[in-house]
Order: sequence, then structure tokens, then C-alpha cells
Amino acid sequence: MAIHILLLSLIIICAAFAVVRTRVIRAAIMLAAISIFVTIVLFVLNMPLAAIFELSVCAGLITVIFISVISLTNPLTVEERFEERDNMFKKFLLLPVLIIICAASFYMLTKGINFIPILDVSEAAEISDKAAMWHLKQIDLIGQIIIILTGVFGVVVLFKDNKDDKK
Amino acid sequence: MTVSLIFIPILLVILLNIPRLSGKTAYYVALAFFAYQLIAIFIPTFGSVQLAEVVNKLFRLNVYADGISKIMLISAAIVAFTALMTSKSFVKHDSRLFSLSNLMLLAVAGINGIVFARDIFTVYVFIEVIAAASYIMIVLDKTESSLEGGFKYFIISSIATVMMLFSVALFFLVAGGTGFEEISAAVHNFGGNTIILLAIMLFVSGLLIKGGLIPFHAWLPGAYSSAPAGVSIFLGGIVTKTTGTFALIRFFYSVVGFNDNIKMVLLIVGSVSVVAGAVAAITQKDFKKVLAYSSISQVGYIVMAIGAGTAFGIAAAVFHIFNHAIFKSLLFLNAAAVEKQTGRLDVDSFGGLGAKMPVTSATTAIAFLSAAGFPPLSGFWSKLFIIIALWSANYKGFALVAILAGILTMAYFLNLQKKVFFGEVSPNVENVKEAPLSFTVPAVVLCAITILAGIGFYYIIKTLIFPAVGII
Repeated sequence: MAIHILLLSLIIICAAFAVVRTRVIRAAIMLAAISIFVTIVLFVLNMPLAAIFELSVCAGLITVIFISVISLTNPLTVEERFEERDNMFKKFLLLPVLIIICAASFYMLTKGINFIPILDVSEAAEISDKAAMWHLKQIDLIGQIIIILTGVFGVVVLFKDNKDDKK
Repeated sequence: MTVSLIFIPILLVILLNIPRLSGKTAYYVALAFFAYQLIAIFIPTFGSVQLAEVVNKLFRLNVYADGISKIMLISAAIVAFTALMTSKSFVKHDSRLFSLSNLMLLAVAGINGIVFARDIFTVYVFIEVIAAASYIMIVLDKTESSLEGGFKYFIISSIATVMMLFSVALFFLVAGGTGFEEISAAVHNFGGNTIILLAIMLFVSGLLIKGGLIPFHAWLPGAYSSAPAGVSIFLGGIVTKTTGTFALIRFFYSVVGFNDNIKMVLLIVGSVSVVAGAVAAITQKDFKKVLAYSSISQVGYIVMAIGAGTAFGIAAAVFHIFNHAIFKSLLFLNAAAVEKQTGRLDVDSFGGLGAKMPVTSATTAIAFLSAAGFPPLSGFWSKLFIIIALWSANYKGFALVAILAGILTMAYFLNLQKKVFFGEVSPNVENVKEAPLSFTVPAVVLCAITILAGIGFYYIIKTLIFPAVGII
């Protein structure tokens, strides 16, 4: 239980840093760190296939895409970065308080809930990761392929130096 | 039919990109697919049998289509066709037309995926497909307002995503799976369980955000009004209907069922949206913002009909989804025509535009009358069914709200029609001409559908909608 709480806390801390960082490259690294912690959570939960996917796709491939896109953008100057950093403290001053309030509210709302499966899910658990992915969830995989295609389009359309725009 | 309508758009996007073809080719290919989708609904074997055989050999897809799916597919095909056709007049660069055509194909694949889904996780995945494609389409022009509208949509949509994903996890925890049957069985066996209640609450909240209902509407006016013209038609016509109201119908009618608390939540959210959306629409100065708030109000009617919790209520909701998709697309199309011809959307700067743009003015008036529930147009029948459904389910107070809100609808539409199209010709529009055929032809077609669906409402209800909800 302690390891779960520790890992989830690290995920929340990394997520908060990913939001508040002024340099997008550092935000992308924080997102990769989140994926690494999620990978550990999945290993701890005995889901190695999902963990490997999380590590290779989210921490690896997606981070590479993020970094390639960031390389297409203009970096902030030193002055702009300092200015953004000053603004950051003002903008996100209440973020820790908000996180604590949200966490406390969630705890209060759910403390009476017994998060133990009502049904006997041992049968479901016996289905291997491979079977779940390639036999039961094929339509979801297709949906995810469409999301990736859309995302690639988004990157190309929104971040490329559009020659037409300059004309 | 089911398999081909998901796979063909994906294949087309791949073929259009490897090797990369021109924007014009992508545009015509996308239009051809939307036309094909419309034909395939009425002739299910039209060109899709061979593909379906190949796909079924390779994949085992848990999908199905019923009468409600058909209504959604028809609406999606008509709206996407109109939206893309309108976009061409506004898009100056070939590459932009290429991107828009591809994104609309992907978004329609997402809509079809939701419509055919038999699993709550599948619904979630395809809602994300639509959200991703919509976000990119909103910001396509890269103007400050479109980037702001897109950013709001992206952030608020992400909150809905988190809620829905958490809900899916909770359903998985209690039901041992995420299929409709498994969740339905778990809800019926352990309906009072706190985890199930929490999961239902989160999923419904997510869908209400996606549907842009009050108080979850913050993203909607900005996104609709700042998006490129064709994209506004697509968003207002079909996106919120599929990701919000259709998914709500599937979730309640096919999965978890209704109880008094659920009905009351839907009725309150729906009635607040109906009234507040209409009041906000009256105060707006921007043509597209009036239509955006009007959408909130009209979607409120649909949610109220779902909240009646009866088969007749669901039938009324489905019929209003179809009608709203058509007349709202027509209104956004005409807003685009006005923007194209005058270069502005501020309603106070117009006046007498009806004399310069008679087709646009006449079709707008018919769409307004249909939206306000004027007989014998299609909107009248669907609103009448909603009121009857509420009345017969013993929610007479909500039925009265629905009737009185019709007056508000009439007020903001008459105000808009008067300011833009009636009266003396304003100096701002003296040299304006009627919109080109690429606007007027789809406007006349959509207008004809609105009138014909009103006159032939009995046929639509009897052959498509009542069988879909089990009313004989």
C-alpha cells in the first residue's frame, strides 16, 4: 500500500511540475517521468505487458514526438523566460492549495466506499493481457489508431512552418 | 455496413497521404465518402459486402447498429457533407483544404465508432477521436480567437475525459468488464452500490460537458463562434449531439436504465439549459454566438426528453437530434454565407440584408421557425413529442417550461432575423450580393429536408424512430 501511495504522489508532483514549467521541453520531460512512474505502478500491479507499452510508447515514443515538435517552435529568450517564471509563481500560487482541497474532498467523498469488486472477477483476471488486447478490444485499438492518426495530423498542421501562410 | 463505415474513412486517410494527394482530391474523396455513408444506410450492401468480409476475417469487432444508429449516421453524413462543402469557399490554401478533409473523415470515423459501440470503453475512445479532430479543426486558422476557443475546448474536454476514464475504471472494477451487457447486469444486480453510483455520476458529468449543457457549457460559445465557418456547422450540427446526447441515450436507455433521481437530474439540467441558453442567446450581438447559445437551449430540450425516462421520450429526443442537426447546420451555413458576403457577423451592423440575399434570408427564416417549433416544420413535431413525453410521464411542470421556453426561442430568432434581414438596407450592406451556389444549394437542400421531415414526420417516426426504441 505504501509503495502505491508513494508512486501516486510522485505522479501528482510530476504532473503539477509539467503544468507549471515555463520551458516546454522540461514539461515534456516531466510527462515522461509520469509515464515511468505509471510503468512502475503497472509492474507492481502485475500487468507487465501494459507496463512495457506504457514505457515504450508513452515514455519513449510520445516524448520523442514532443521533443521533435518543440524543436520546431521558437524558444523563449532569457528575459522572456524570467518574466514567465515570475508570472508562473503568481499564476500557480493557489495550485498546491487547490490540489490539497481536491484530494481532501475526494477522500471525504470516497472514504465510505469499499473499492473491492462486488463480482468475482477472477475469471476476468485470468484472461491474458494478450487476449484482452488482440481479441476482446480490437475495436478500441482501431479507435486508438485513429487518435494517433489525428494527433499526427495535428502536429503536422499546427506546428509545421506553413509556406502558404507566409505568402 | 457497420464495419465499412469505420474502416473506409481510415483507409481513405491513409491513401490520401501515401502518397500525399492534392487538397482538391482529398475534398472530393471526403465528399464522396459522406455521400456513400448516406446511401449505405438505405442500401446496406452497397459496395461494402466485400470489404466487410475481408475485415471480419481479420478482426473480431464488437459493433452493432440499430434504428437510433441509422438516424445518427444519416445526420452525420448530411452535416459533414454540408460542412466540408461550405469550408471550401473559405479555405484559401490547398494544404488547408487537404487537412480539413482528412480531419473531417477522421471525425466522422469517430462518430460512426460511437454510434456502433457496444462497450463503454469503446464509446470513450471514439469520443476522444472526435475531440482530438475537433480541437485541431477549431484552431486550423491559427487566429487568436480560434486558438483561445480551441484551448478552452481542449482543457474543459480533458476534464470530461478524466471523469469518463475514471468512471470506466470503476465500472470495470464492479462489473468485471466494460461491455454494455456486463455493466447493465452489474447495475441491475447491485444498483445501490456506491461505486456504481459514483461511476454513473462521473460518466454522466463527462457527457454533459461534452454536450455543452449548462453549467458545463463554458467551452461551447467560444469554440463555435471562433471556429472556421465549416467547422462551426460540423460542431453545432453533429459533434455535441453524438458525444453528448446520443451517448447519454445509449448510456441510460441501453445500459444503466432510469430511476427517479436520474430522471430528475436530467430534467433539471435540461430545463436550466433550455431557459438559460435562450436568455443568453437574446443578449448576444454576434450571429454565431446567438446560434451557439441556441444550441445549448435546443440540446437542453433533448436532455429533457431523455429525462422523461420513457420509450416515447427517447423517440422524441432522437427525432429532435435529427431535426436540430439539420436546421442548426442550415443556420450556421447561412451565418457563413453572411460572413462570406459581408465580412462581418455583428448583428447590429446589418439591416435589410433580405433584399440583397433573398435565398439566404428565406432559408434562415424557415430554419428559425423550425427551431422555434412552428407547425408544420420538423422542429414543431419533435418539440410536440418532447412536451407530450414529459406530460405523459407526469412531469407537467417541466412540460410547461418546455412550452414557455419556445416563446424565448421565438424571441431571439425574430430579433436576429429582424436585425439582419428585415428593415431598410443598411449602408454597410448596400453592395452585397446573394451568396454563391456553393452556399445556396446546400441551404435549399437542408431547408427542403426541414420542410419534408415536418410534412412526412409520421413516416420517419413510424419507420425509423419508433421501431428503434421498441414502440410498435
